[in-house]
Amino acid sequence: MSNQTDAQQTPLLQVHDLRVEFSTSQGIATAINGVDLSVSAGQSLGILGESGSGKSVTARTIMGLLDTPPARVVGGQILLEGEDLLSLPSKVRRSLNGPRMAMVFQDALSALNPVHPVGRQIGELFRVHRGYSRAAAKRAAIELMDRVKIPAASSRVNDYPHQFSGGMRQRIVIAMALALDPQLLIADEPTTALDVTVQAQILALLKEQQVERNMGLVLITHDISVVREVTDHVAVMYAGRVVEQGPTAQVLSAPRHPYTRGLAESVASEELKGSRLPAIPGSPPDLLNLPMGCSFANRCWLATEECNGRVPTLTELGESRATACFHHEEVQPYAAHSR
Amino acid sequence: MMGYVLRRILQMIPVLLGATFIIYALTFLMPGDPISALTGERPLPEATVAQIRQAYHLDDPFLIQYGNYMLGVFRGDFGIDFFGRPVMGLILERLPATFALAMTAWVLKLFIGLIIGVYGGLRHGKAADHFALVFTVLFMGIPGFVIALGAQTYFGVHLGWVDPAGVRAGWPMAFILPALVMAIEAAAGLARLTRTSLVDVLRAEYLRTAKAKGLSDQRIIWGHALRNAMIPVVTYLGLSLAGMLGGAVIIEAIFNIPGIGGLMVSSINNKEGTIVVGIATMLVLVYLVFNLLVDLTYGLIDPRVRV
Repeated sequence: MSNQTDAQQTPLLQVHDLRVEFSTSQGIATAINGVDLSVSAGQSLGILGESGSGKSVTARTIMGLLDTPPARVVGGQILLEGEDLLSLPSKVRRSLNGPRMAMVFQDALSALNPVHPVGRQIGELFRVHRGYSRAAAKRAAIELMDRVKIPAASSRVNDYPHQFSGGMRQRIVIAMALALDPQLLIADEPTTALDVTVQAQILALLKEQQVERNMGLVLITHDISVVREVTDHVAVMYAGRVVEQGPTAQVLSAPRHPYTRGLAESVASEELKGSRLPAIPGSPPDLLNLPMGCSFANRCWLATEECNGRVPTLTELGESRATACFHHEEVQPYAAHSR
Repeated sequence: MMGYVLRRILQMIPVLLGATFIIYALTFLMPGDPISALTGERPLPEATVAQIRQAYHLDDPFLIQYGNYMLGVFRGDFGIDFFGRPVMGLILERLPATFALAMTAWVLKLFIGLIIGVYGGLRHGKAADHFALVFTVLFMGIPGFVIALGAQTYFGVHLGWVDPAGVRAGWPMAFILPALVMAIEAAAGLARLTRTSLVDVLRAEYLRTAKAKGLSDQRIIWGHALRNAMIPVVTYLGLSLAGMLGGAVIIEAIFNIPGIGGLMVSSINNKEGTIVVGIATMLVLVYLVFNLLVDLTYGLIDPRVRV
């Protein structure tokens, strides 16, 4: 899907040096520590990382959904078609949610209001943002439910969330996100709570809608296979930073950061059958007390003195790839590596 | 739906049997003899006492007495007192005053409790919330009769805004002060429950979805948060109305309101078992009916438990 000329136009979404802190009872936790991202119309960007890496916080910050306090955006810019969202008054910013950007959540059951029929929850977008009548909003809701392939939409429009299966509920959440034809769709672990077979259907639906509407899609996940299937570009996050980014296929087959290398290796595959599944030793750093140097250094087999001394910045490598590693040239391609 | 209601009504029967059995047994075990309590210092001749005891089946074994009583109850007959007056009539005579007091108190409580609770919940953690918390703890801590006597002395005697006692002024003036006293005490619990429930709901994922849909804060609170926050509150409100009917005894005594509570207390003193058991049975019935109504209303606001 990716297209080099697209990427050279003003990107749809640009995130520059975003920093978010949380005040906790134990002190200040740095959840996002200088994140840079860029998504163009029609492009899909995967954000890959383990829990606590800051990927969900990044998504919520973009959508303006952080609870402040305890969270605080301490620096950076979020540009939607060049307009800095962080400098907008909160009401104006809120009004962009729905028509300009939208979000799909991880757990559809808790993301839907249990006491309202689903049709009303979808139709509410048309009523609030476009001033539709009750009847027109209901018709629009049925049409959307049809488009996300919910069977017998017109008879199910008055049903409540608990009357649907997990996959159908996620389709309703997607219908809600797509309602006003947003330019940017952020999906935060949209398939994590679903069965494997349903996962594939939901991903196919997201992909299809993204292509059809020429939307920018940000797909947040901890699942490499999801990134591989759906996204053109990927940004790998670790301890609140993007440590590597570039075209998905290249990043996953020839990682230029030891962490990405470790992630790619830890996925079960045919050739690993019978042997122990490799895992990255150690655990991510304490966000309350980040190390002075590279956050991954204590788990890294390539780490040197330099890595502990200062933080490697995200550096362009050409071919729209970038990495934040001093030793990126020593990272072996995944396919060539064997145990 | 009809099947559900019918099933629930049938379920009431064992509960009613169990509750009345316990009350009946307790009355039976009350110390003192009802006949001697009736005659006081001038004892009746042996033969007359024996005749009265037989007329009221007082010498029958406990279970036979209870069985006779329950047969009557299921025919709508609550028995008679020692002056031959039907117990049902006595209760019905006293019920309107208690009902007026309890309903007035309940409505006042609803307003006071919900307003303080919603306000505290929305300003969660701010000064107004702390103030509401102090208010509720204060009124939960002070015993009801202290507030009642204080209010009676100040508003009734000192300021003379209302009659200090009695029901001569009729509804609402005669009931407003006792009802307010009951309401303020009960509102504290309601306010705390409402506040906690709302604070919980405000953290819910679906409110984050509402923000992601670009809804205004007002719409999020009124359209999405409050109805969910009311789910536990409705249960509490329904049951508390039944509780207020039974719990008005002290307030009725202080404000001299001729209600069920006063009748209950005097019957216990006079060892008039039929009236005590009659009132208790009636209150158990009211409680069960309210319980059913609550469960039916519950389905209206929470579709997940709809029957």
